[in-house]
Amino acid sequence: MATDETFEIAQASKLGGAHSVGLVETKTWTFEDPPLMLDCGQVLTPVTQAYETYGELSPERDNAILIFHALSGDAHVAGYHAPDDQRPGWWDTMVGPGKAFDTDKYFLICANVIGGCRGSTGPSSINPATGRPYGPDFPILTLSDMVRAQERLVTHLGIDKLLAVTGGSMGGMMALDWAVRFPDRVHAVVAIATTARITAQSIAFNEVGRQAIMSDPHWKQGDYYDGPSPESGLAVARMIGHITYLSDEQMHRKFGRRLQDRDALCYDFGTEFQVESYLRYQGNSFVRRFDANSYLYITKAIDYFDLANGHRSLVESLERAQSEFLVISFTSDWLFPAEQAKELVRALQANGLLTTFLEIMSNYGHDAFLLPNDEMSAAVSGFLTHAQKHVRDQGGRP
Amino acid sequence: MSWTARSRETKRRLDYELISELVPHHSRILDLGCGDGQLLADLMHNKNCEVRGIEIDQAHVRNCIQRGLPVYHGDMLEGMQHYRDGSFDLVILSQTLQQASDPIRVIHTMLRVGQRAIISFPNFGWWHTRLQLLLTGRMPRHRLLPYEWYNTPNVHLCTVKDFRALCREEGLDVLHEIFLAPPARRVGPLLSNWRAGLAIFEVRKADS
Repeated sequence: MATDETFEIAQASKLGGAHSVGLVETKTWTFEDPPLMLDCGQVLTPVTQAYETYGELSPERDNAILIFHALSGDAHVAGYHAPDDQRPGWWDTMVGPGKAFDTDKYFLICANVIGGCRGSTGPSSINPATGRPYGPDFPILTLSDMVRAQERLVTHLGIDKLLAVTGGSMGGMMALDWAVRFPDRVHAVVAIATTARITAQSIAFNEVGRQAIMSDPHWKQGDYYDGPSPESGLAVARMIGHITYLSDEQMHRKFGRRLQDRDALCYDFGTEFQVESYLRYQGNSFVRRFDANSYLYITKAIDYFDLANGHRSLVESLERAQSEFLVISFTSDWLFPAEQAKELVRALQANGLLTTFLEIMSNYGHDAFLLPNDEMSAAVSGFLTHAQKHVRDQGGRP
Repeated sequence: MSWTARSRETKRRLDYELISELVPHHSRILDLGCGDGQLLADLMHNKNCEVRGIEIDQAHVRNCIQRGLPVYHGDMLEGMQHYRDGSFDLVILSQTLQQASDPIRVIHTMLRVGQRAIISFPNFGWWHTRLQLLLTGRMPRHRLLPYEWYNTPNVHLCTVKDFRALCREEGLDVLHEIFLAPPARRVGPLLSNWRAGLAIFEVRKADS
């Protein structure tokens, strides 16, 4: 996710000083009672969630926006944890003073999903029943479970109704889930590069990633925390994922058939092409910050996601929603193509909901939502400005 | 903004005011090819209408969002697809019918999702157009038809008479006819197929 482009921009903004939320820290909050009932029928307790906030909550408590991160993201959306940090948070281009999610106007919250490995309760956390990491005993989660855990956090932060929920990719799915699960607790939804249901192709890619992890001898049925981690399996899973985040055109432009550190073909299985080197780098750097079991649990949760689940149609599943929606897709995103976003938009329209759909021209594939994009920024900022006006016109409580 | 979008925008303003006059307060409005959203914004603020737009140009969609208008970025038929029957009081199509690949399907879809439709189009029977073709022997080109034959998006041009005939054939009642001679002079129904550069029709299904 942290691509060269975001890195360069980040360096620029860090040097400039302005437009950054600056130094931030991750907080944690734990709840036990009532325990979190999961879709699979099990109970998860206690539940710890790592989260960050940016900006100030207004006295009316009507300017809070909850950001959901994507598969490999975490609570660290913007700014830096330490002055010598190499990179800012994962959506620093969108979150900060004067940016699309303007921290001068809004109070932003982002929490690491449960099942994750970046501070929230997940398979690498200690199971209170055994005193050892959960590993394979961690219950199977759905995105709804993660959303319901975050609803507790929002309540804990003293917020009755959010101005907006938002996210890209898996984060967008969670935003949609919130919109139908807690319709009276959110005014607006910004869903980016996402879909209302995972298709066979996406499940297929996720399954190949999981198989890569599970066939790593270090995985040991998920019970590996006292020994070496299944790093090579996780790296391969990440490499596969990364291919789906880029477009053919972008890969061609970025790497072509250029060779890495050599002038001629060597006729061996070393890293010959630049694209191979890039993928290996992405895979190897990922294993340093991510837990293989978390990757299994989160991709499984994504696979289960279907807003229409338990309903006769997608249209029917959105009947409970009350928010206004901004749905954004990117032309070169083949993981969650525009057609899937349009299907969602038409279902929202069929329910008479205020809906705006924007399909942005971009060559960057699915990853486009993480990169600086003027169209996306302008759309989000314009949409939120009007959403906030609608809330305040209604007077008093949002 | 593309050149075609810009040029569509300047000439659209001609009929905005007249279309607005046909729109009652508090109507539910869908504008197909809503451009930068000026008409919808006016209707929303001045007539308290509940508005929706469909627009294919990305720069226009951006403007609509800045104005706080709910807009669908894409093709109009695709964008109307899932609206329930009778979702709108009025569906507006300003100077775009002649660019649709299937105008009859567009009109019927408009009258499925809306009670009534307002359709404006450049009248190909206008004396200026006829005279240009007759005297120069070249494809007519003027402020209402500002394209060369090879780059025009207007694939289904028609005359006032053609449109009336279509309404009869398709079982549509014509509720209003408004005619304009450029730059913005209103003309009466007499010899309208000669005198009108631009025609605005309000129609509904005959059985409704």
